[in-house]
Amino acid sequence: MTVDAARDPSPAARPARPAIVDADIHNTWPEPAALDSYLPERWRRLRARLGERLHPGAQYPRLNPAAARTDAWPPDGGLPGSNLDLMRDQLLDRWSIEHGILNPLLEAGELLNLEYGAAFARAVNDWQVAEWLEPEPRLRASITVPYEDAPLAVAEIERRGGDRRFVQVLLASRTLEPLGRRRYWPMYAAAEAADLPIGIHFGGAGGFPTTAAGLPSFYFEEHAGMATVFQDQLTSLVFEGVFERFPRLRVVLIEGGFAWLLPLMWRLDRTWGMLREELPHVTRPPSDTIRERVFLTTQPIEEPPQPQLLARLLDRMDMDAHLLFATDYPHWDFDAPDRALPGVLGGARRDRLLRGNARALYRFG
Amino acid sequence: MRQHVLGPIDEFPPGSRRIVELEGRSIGVFNVDGRLYALRNRCPHQGAPLCLGPVAPLVTAPCPGSYVAERAEVIRCPWHGWEFQLSDGRSWVDPEGTRVRAYPVEVRGGQVLIQMR
Repeated sequence: MTVDAARDPSPAARPARPAIVDADIHNTWPEPAALDSYLPERWRRLRARLGERLHPGAQYPRLNPAAARTDAWPPDGGLPGSNLDLMRDQLLDRWSIEHGILNPLLEAGELLNLEYGAAFARAVNDWQVAEWLEPEPRLRASITVPYEDAPLAVAEIERRGGDRRFVQVLLASRTLEPLGRRRYWPMYAAAEAADLPIGIHFGGAGGFPTTAAGLPSFYFEEHAGMATVFQDQLTSLVFEGVFERFPRLRVVLIEGGFAWLLPLMWRLDRTWGMLREELPHVTRPPSDTIRERVFLTTQPIEEPPQPQLLARLLDRMDMDAHLLFATDYPHWDFDAPDRALPGVLGGARRDRLLRGNARALYRFG
Repeated sequence: MRQHVLGPIDEFPPGSRRIVELEGRSIGVFNVDGRLYALRNRCPHQGAPLCLGPVAPLVTAPCPGSYVAERAEVIRCPWHGWEFQLSDGRSWVDPEGTRVRAYPVEVRGGQVLIQMR
């Protein structure tokens, strides 16, 4: 098959749109060797000899190659998400993105060699500054950290914390232990001190199966199960007392949707009442804490057959100020800014989701 | 019905796909093994450029473990993977409610013609 016309149907015909904040964009290298010049010689040599040795679990076929929209492969032959010009054309310019947050899903946190993971994270963040943040002022970035070793992660948070173009610390939803466990607390202290939210993005590999039931046959079982891993991580953070210990910490759950949260809050509140003796360090009803400290990106948005059900759910959830619109560009389950939020989410609510909440959380403006 | 001439058939060889602009609309024109199809290049779900997606036979399964590649060609949306029949624009997931406009195309006197509604 050949395609011999413009990639994008009549972009010039589109009217100007109000600005949008995109809370989840995936930048990557055109090919892995592009990171080499940001790595010290010692690690560059090791990388050439051994490559990346990772915790197992994440190497999974996706719906499409590179998990990408099939129209997002750049003409230069690089990976989707590696070409800033195409990102401008398909996302930033096309939808008037005021700020977009880069969450590179490069495997610093999954590397078994922890010192290499730390060097890899530093290289990814240097690469983000040089190749994304410097040339494109609309972009902001998350700090990549080797999150399975808290002291190494803290060093990287402290190194980047003063650059306000870095707006959060990026963890993955699959980790060696639940994220409320104390081995991770130094990262939360550092993030709180730097006034940065902790972002937890779907994916990662802690060496465990990709669903709580085991390794599934099909990719879509993993995709449909993204809510459950976020439920487990959020429950861990709440019941371990992380929010009591770090009273200014804010957590963003990225790429898990949000409609699952309301029934979880019902259950956590009931459990809290019953298990107070086991959890005396949890001093408030979990839903109070979650409504104050937890944020969620919308993508991949739940699409009930009757869109008004989504509006009714949000009425009950009472977290309108905590939902952040995200596209997930360039991945296949992209949410389009003008189409993903149904019309029933209108007026001030829509305005908050598309821009206001992210501006406030990430201190834009 | 308004008829447009898209060009000589040798500009639409088997295996080709062209995106054309007609009456302000982006339309994909396909030649699959000599059969011509034309679809609106806009997915009814979230507005993706549908006609940039892969074209393949529809795979069905009368029961788990038994897979059949149907003759009917479908195009798969480059974003969310929804499948639409090239012949009539009906989606597999919701044939009545979720459709993309399909336009009649034919060859006459060596020219490819499309009928717009």
